Amino acid sequence: MKASMAEGRVVGIDLGTTNSLVAYMEGSTPVVIPGVDGSNLVPSVVALDPIPPEGGRPTITVGNTARRSLIETPERVVYSVKRLMGRGMEELTEELKLFPFHLAADAQPGEVPRIQLGEMQFTPPEISAYVLRQLKRNAERFFNAPVTQAVITVPAYFNDAQRQATKDAGRMAGLEVLRLVNEPTAAALAYGLDRAKEGTIAVYDFGGGTFDISILKLRDGIFEVQSTNGDTHLGGDDIDNLLLMIALGEIFAEHGVDLRSHPSAVQAVRKAAIEAKILLSTEQAAHFDIELPNGDRYQREIPREVFDMLIESVLERTAGPCKQALADAGITAEQIDEVVLVGGSTRIPAVRQLVNDLFQLSKRGKRPHTELNPDEVVALGAAVQADILSGASKTTEEMLLLDVTPLSLGIEALGGTVARIIQRNSTIPASATEHFTTGVDGQTNVAIHVVQGERELAADCRSLARFDLKGIPPMSAGLPRIEVKFLIDADGILQVTAREQRSGLAAQIEVKATYGLTDEQVESMILDSFDNAEADFAKRLLIEARNEAETILTAVERAPQSAAWALLTDEERTKVLVARDYLISTKQGEDAAAIREATLLLDHATRRFAELMMEAAVSTAIRGKTMDAANEELGEAVTAPHAMAPAEFK
Amino acid sequence: MFKVLDNAVPVACWSCSIGHNDSTLFCPHCAKIQPPPGGDYFSVFGLQPALHLDLPALEHEFHKLSRKLHPDRFARALENEKEWSLADTALLNDAYRTLKEPIRRTEYLLKLVGTEMGAPPESKAEKVARVPADLLEEVFDLNMQLDEMRMNRKTGEADPLLEASLKEARQKYSEMLESVDRDLRIQWQSWDTGDVATRPASQKKMVALLDRRRYLSNLVRDVNEVLGA
Repeated sequence: MKASMAEGRVVGIDLGTTNSLVAYMEGSTPVVIPGVDGSNLVPSVVALDPIPPEGGRPTITVGNTARRSLIETPERVVYSVKRLMGRGMEELTEELKLFPFHLAADAQPGEVPRIQLGEMQFTPPEISAYVLRQLKRNAERFFNAPVTQAVITVPAYFNDAQRQATKDAGRMAGLEVLRLVNEPTAAALAYGLDRAKEGTIAVYDFGGGTFDISILKLRDGIFEVQSTNGDTHLGGDDIDNLLLMIALGEIFAEHGVDLRSHPSAVQAVRKAAIEAKILLSTEQAAHFDIELPNGDRYQREIPREVFDMLIESVLERTAGPCKQALADAGITAEQIDEVVLVGGSTRIPAVRQLVNDLFQLSKRGKRPHTELNPDEVVALGAAVQADILSGASKTTEEMLLLDVTPLSLGIEALGGTVARIIQRNSTIPASATEHFTTGVDGQTNVAIHVVQGERELAADCRSLARFDLKGIPPMSAGLPRIEVKFLIDADGILQVTAREQRSGLAAQIEVKATYGLTDEQVESMILDSFDNAEADFAKRLLIEARNEAETILTAVERAPQSAAWALLTDEERTKVLVARDYLISTKQGEDAAAIREATLLLDHATRRFAELMMEAAVSTAIRGKTMDAANEELGEAVTAPHAMAPAEFK
Repeated sequence: MFKVLDNAVPVACWSCSIGHNDSTLFCPHCAKIQPPPGGDYFSVFGLQPALHLDLPALEHEFHKLSRKLHPDRFARALENEKEWSLADTALLNDAYRTLKEPIRRTEYLLKLVGTEMGAPPESKAEKVARVPADLLEEVFDLNMQLDEMRMNRKTGEADPLLEASLKEARQKYSEMLESVDRDLRIQWQSWDTGDVATRPASQKKMVALLDRRRYLSNLVRDVNEVLGA
């Protein structure tokens, strides 16, 4: 089984703050895989359905379905969980003030934070795992085969703990994470695929929750990152929160209503704020019109100039990292040949203006690259990297990505200062070897505190882990010579090995990661341990195939009640009935592929009928009925391109 | 004097079991990746230790080796191949990072040949002790000016005369830095073309030049910080 799985497809996943996507290489083109609903974007939202009346575990939904629960049951929905990945309890308390969900009440300092969702609790990697599992299933449904290996993208500026948390989430979802790729680098890969360009490019990636800037040199198919910088807590979310706070303040001032005690009303305002933000990318003004719990209406117009002014402070925070990245790469803005825009927030005109000024683009007769959809480009690049890793593709065999570590790695030295051992922007994998000794006669332990960051004092850096070197043979102080090798791997994650050189003994290392789950914890959180098994996969495919068959059969059962049915020729009607009977009999069997084929046959047979129904619906609407009423008359999903069409299979 | 690679000791390839010289990254017989070789950073690129390097050629070789060694090329390989690809690539990256940058390269070579180098000064007293004798007086004045300027920055006071004087100092120390770099290049030349008899003298000069350079670049950095440029 292992060998056959290794031959399976490697998919590329963009696990985003707002939306997530899965993509793969179709021949020489990266393509996004749509979900059952036909949408490329899976909102990174996870909801817990109410406990079923008969008891048992409540169902967990992901994506658009989960997002719809946000207004009705906000306390059972989690979103933007990427902002919580790999972070400690203290860091989250402030962050969570604006979210409808909360930390578990019995949370202990030092442990990985758990989010209270209805009656259950989840760590951030577990919540991400649900999103990943949905993407995995979408891909499996698309390929009609198991998918067990993936490349997942992370913000370039993610630290060790945030990367490890993302990898843990993949494992919980039943995915072997072959590589974590930095998002801006992935975007550069997607853009670099069809252009054998040489030069220096800057990728400005302003997404839902994170900001990254990366500067790369392209040469002979090698994408060599020169420097990277960013802010893992800066994104479109901050703009939403800003608008939300202003609206909540005004509602309190003008209407005397404190919405903070009405979580679903807050979510309604938040939704309106997001819609206004999106509208302002194309329109000169947007309107708020929200009904308040007391029956009042909160109405407000936001002209674009006011919006631009409001968000200026947020956008300005992207300028510093850009300047630092240029300085670290040892170049000036004028030496950047191309700028690539990534992330939904780069649709904001003020953001584009800022980028234009920062890199002096229009002055030099240049424009930023926006040809690829900024929401999809990272996933497309992840698919390219997945193709590189699978090693069997002509398209990508000449391509190679050389990325860097975004933060310096250091060891806490005497007096709490940091001794840097690997500088930021070092190409990874990178390593450093340090020697330690004892300070007291007979000492058998040496403790090492590893930190990440650019500050002078360890206390101001991000604590990564404490290593306890144990089992050192008792010797006079200063005599043992313990060699510790620090290695940052191609995922940007630290590995440590140690040995005592004089005695030749391998020193034991006990690692206490400052933030993060232990191996055992991750193991216990694997979503369903059978998710990988072939048998279980076949079972799931069968269930899904039967469900899809059921959907179209129900629609066909109702067909004779529709006026469109009478418009079909006898031959067309017979064709539908034969295909229906064939599907009914196939559905009794255990062959998922046969059921899907029969479903497709019936789908083709009913195509003409569906067209007639659409026409009827449109003319009904023209005759004065609303589309909604027409919908009710004609059954659900009349607005789909083909009323009965299941999503296409490959 | 150098850590000479011992070509006489063959190592059996883990894959084909045929003995090979331990400084290869790939087995010359079966072409499988090998554990990190024991040589120095120069030998990774097939070079002898030298201070003048052909940088475009070095970059070309770095790219060529990266293509062959990088973990991306071993994503679906055996576990030991994965591990060695990671270790070999880390060595390649560390070597390239060190050798492409002239100062790091010089420091590395001096360490390689066993030249004692002054560790970066830790205490303030040590810093004072390290001030190059010819600069002692000026640096004392400069530090006073820097302190004054920092105070001005805090209080928002403008002192065009002080600023001009600091800019002048920056100009002066930057020029001194350039002159140190010129002297360093001369020493590179004499080391590269020298032999066992002449090299220790240039090594000693380079150590002194690197010390002076470190001191001057810290000065320039401090002035830049205060001037905010």
